[in-house]
Amino acid sequence: MRIGVVTFPGSLDEVDAQRAVEIGGNQAVPLWHGDHDLRDVDAVILPGGFSYGDYLRCGAISRFSPVMTEVIAAANSGLPVLGICNGFQILCESHLLPGALIRNDHRKFVCRDQRLRIENNRTPWTSSYAEGAEVTIVLKNGEGGFVADTDTLDRLEGEGRVVARYLDDNPNGSLRDIAGITNERGNVVGLMPHPEHAVEALTGSGTDGLGFFTSLAEVMLNPTR
Amino acid sequence: MARVVVDVMPKPEILDPQGKAVQGALPRLGFEGVVDVRQGKRFEIELAGELTEARLAEVRQMAETLLSNPVIEDFAVHVDEREASAR
Repeated sequence: MRIGVVTFPGSLDEVDAQRAVEIGGNQAVPLWHGDHDLRDVDAVILPGGFSYGDYLRCGAISRFSPVMTEVIAAANSGLPVLGICNGFQILCESHLLPGALIRNDHRKFVCRDQRLRIENNRTPWTSSYAEGAEVTIVLKNGEGGFVADTDTLDRLEGEGRVVARYLDDNPNGSLRDIAGITNERGNVVGLMPHPEHAVEALTGSGTDGLGFFTSLAEVMLNPTR
Repeated sequence: MARVVVDVMPKPEILDPQGKAVQGALPRLGFEGVVDVRQGKRFEIELAGELTEARLAEVRQMAETLLSNPVIEDFAVHVDEREASAR
């Protein structure tokens, strides 16, 4: 499958994301923030970093970039989209996902191996995981606190749209320990930890992140899943 | 020319870690009795031509779509009369 990875000015992790896509058995297609063109990809990843310098709010300016106009339209038609860290912030600013991400409650940047539970394995990005799988994936953020009003949080939990939850310590003050969510349709996923940094045994904490990059192929091969 | 000011503040129920950091620093400088600090943003927008209701409505639209995130922030728009009359 062809998976597009967007580079914004200030993106940091698009090379790792492209590499993870290839290790996961798919073809990485570089996409550029300034182009109104998704190059016929089968899915899109918005990588981590500090797009547009995080000016105004994280993701606020990226959300209006030419490529995002295309991503938003395609996502609304069912294209699988994964936003990692800054990508998650962009998805919230785009209103493709509810809620917002604010500065960590303890006011410090956090960088650590984070324990997570995969709570929803019915998305095209998480189908490689067993439901309830406990994994360790590196986390690094300064503004990773997920917030939403109580009704929205209840709805996310009630509809099984919490994709991943923090285990052990809550690293950033995210409400209800939420690390990742999906939209109503289940094709758009936002995740604060970085699975693209956990795909090779040589570096990082292990290969627990690989599932995010192998799931798409599995969904295509077993479309009933 | 007209100047319109947009103030953006985190909603009261949203945690404001930056405000908390400022609040924590004030007593260290000898300022006592500060119960709370909230940090927001102020945008000063210079508009060409006459300020009409339609132009003001446009500024409110700017505030809604880009300057603030309505999920976590409130905004207020006002015309800077002092600036306008000085010109």
